[in-house]
Amino acid sequence: MKKVLLASVAAALMTGGAMADGHGAIKLGVSLGFTGPLESLAPAMAGGAELAMGEVNAAGGILDGKMFEAVQGDSTCIDASAATSVAERLVTSDGVAGIVGAMCSGATGAILANVAVPNGIVMVSPSATSPGLTTAEDNGLFFRTAPSDARQGVIISEILAENGITNVAVSYTNNDYGKGLADAFESAFEAAGGTVTINAAHEDNKADYSAEVGALAAAGGEVLVVAGYVDSGGSGIVRAALDTGAFDTFYFPDGMVSEQLGLNFPGEIDGSFGANPGTDSNGAQLYQDMATAGGFDGTSPFSAESYDAAALIMLAMQAAGSADPADYKDTLMDVANAPGEVILPGELAKAIQILKDGGGVDYSGASAVELIGPGEAGGNYRQITFENGELVVVGYR
Amino acid sequence: MVDALNGLIVLANFVLIPATAYGAQLALGALGVTLIYGILRFSNFAHGDTMAFGTAITVLVTWGFQALGISFGPLPTALLALPIGIAATSLLVVGTDRAVYRFYRKQRAAPVIYLIASLGVMFVLNGLVRFIIGTDDQRFTDGERFLISVREFKAMTGLAEGLAIRTTQAITVVVAVLVVAALFWFLNRTRTGKSMRAYSDNEDLALLSGINPERVVLYTWLIVAALATTAGVLYGLDKSFKPFVYFQLLLPIFAAAIVGGLGNPLGAIAGGFVIAYSEVLITYPMKRVLGYWMPESLEPDGLVQLLSTDYKFAVSFSILLIVLLFRPTGLFKGKSL
Repeated sequence: MKKVLLASVAAALMTGGAMADGHGAIKLGVSLGFTGPLESLAPAMAGGAELAMGEVNAAGGILDGKMFEAVQGDSTCIDASAATSVAERLVTSDGVAGIVGAMCSGATGAILANVAVPNGIVMVSPSATSPGLTTAEDNGLFFRTAPSDARQGVIISEILAENGITNVAVSYTNNDYGKGLADAFESAFEAAGGTVTINAAHEDNKADYSAEVGALAAAGGEVLVVAGYVDSGGSGIVRAALDTGAFDTFYFPDGMVSEQLGLNFPGEIDGSFGANPGTDSNGAQLYQDMATAGGFDGTSPFSAESYDAAALIMLAMQAAGSADPADYKDTLMDVANAPGEVILPGELAKAIQILKDGGGVDYSGASAVELIGPGEAGGNYRQITFENGELVVVGYR
Repeated sequence: MVDALNGLIVLANFVLIPATAYGAQLALGALGVTLIYGILRFSNFAHGDTMAFGTAITVLVTWGFQALGISFGPLPTALLALPIGIAATSLLVVGTDRAVYRFYRKQRAAPVIYLIASLGVMFVLNGLVRFIIGTDDQRFTDGERFLISVREFKAMTGLAEGLAIRTTQAITVVVAVLVVAALFWFLNRTRTGKSMRAYSDNEDLALLSGINPERVVLYTWLIVAALATTAGVLYGLDKSFKPFVYFQLLLPIFAAAIVGGLGNPLGAIAGGFVIAYSEVLITYPMKRVLGYWMPESLEPDGLVQLLSTDYKFAVSFSILLIVLLFRPTGLFKGKSL
């Protein structure tokens, strides 16, 4: 233990010294919810971000030989004060030049307001989808490779309209994600002429949802939209709705779409449908192969977005010719969007070379990134349905 | 006429059946609390976690049975595992009594000291249960899921509304009735039961007439272990098992015991149903029921929901307050607090 401590002190001293003369590694914070209600997604997301850094390092780094070093921090998911203090540590004590994170919308908003903006650090979240973050005060420092749920609200409304459904009930998990999505959907759906009969919250991790389902059933509707989590209250609501015969068709937003759903309700939710962020671009397949080779699951939700978040920060630094957030925050949108050569996963070395030669890149990456508005992904969705107890992909939009 | 029937069925499906099952579970829990209060004279805050411990053991034994291929036909295997869970819980509570409560009994400690001691026991059990089975949700129901499902009911009656009765709901009510009947027979007809009641009514007189107090205490704990484990397993079968939820159950269980009158077994049962029905009824939107029952011109547009479902626990608290204000001894004249 003593040796480890000594070694890390020595390493810290060395990096500190090295930083001073400009040849040391650039540190990037990877601040994800390693503990909390979405902890099962965090390892594959961190894997994605670190895979991108490893790729750049293998190609000789950026800015003539500067390497990257990932510093992990546990931003939890629901504990804003823990998220703030861990980000504070990353910025003040580790001296990171940018943060990949945070994971959940609540933690992301807290870090952005309390740490990133006061310290002028760029944050790229791979998975925070709350519409509230679109209008958050960010001084141009905040980006996300995940689409806002405002976009998902429109997608849900379109899919329902195509199925001829005009009357739905909504149950959402009582947090920033659920509330944001439910409200975005309600306004999009009503603008399109549909009716939301009830928009009610449910708490996660309860034993019994019959009272909540009773309220939903009383309000009625052709379809129940379940904006919850598949490993938690969302499945509880579906179970109670099926048991009491309140609803037999459901719409599943991104928190619910998973193979697990088919296993939870074998053959009981046939005809139900949904959509989650996803793309059929070549990048997705390339990334999955790279992830498998790297020993983690590239199909896990938001893993591809994490790779893209880290890649965008690094390419923006190369384009700006500086690792200072104040400089590269302005080039991040440029490398993400056209004009320029399209860059897929595994081509980061090529992108760095193009930027070095003064060319332009259009980073597409693992999740077909296209940043819109104040720097958030435009959003590609994978539409699915359940047939004979199996999850079937219908198409992409 | 058909409309009236449809309305009744909606009400039964969403209110009467779930509330009856929930009420039976609360009543069994409250019986345990009330027995300890009546005979050992303290409020046992460790009761929720005693339920969790018994259920955790039963869940583990159920999984063992399932692995061995033992099943109970259409009934859940957990019912076979229940006696083993009760035995383990009996050992636990008798052990706790020897280790903790007996010391205070010899000191003739004030009830409030017992209460704090039980709070300590609660925290220890809290950790123990999580250590044994973890903090996650466990589902251990197997066998036939429905006694009657919505689809079958609609096909059978031809009505527009369906009614579902889960096997676990039916089992809950049947088991609760059997257990309560057995308990009352025991308390009223057997020698041991009578000695327990005597000890409860007046400890000194009971001692003078030759009743062995340690024996009474031992039997009380055994009965409490059986009641707590049964209540816990029935709740877990009907819903799911999660240690934290059982800890939270303490509130409606105490509310039920106090509303009925602490120390009065009949009151505990009544209290359980009063709490369960009001929790479910007050948070249930009556729109669809009234839609069937009222003439078309009076049909409500709103949900007709008195309180959002988030306020469930607030309902038990309010009833508790009202009863304590106006009838401190509870509906069925128990001991006052």
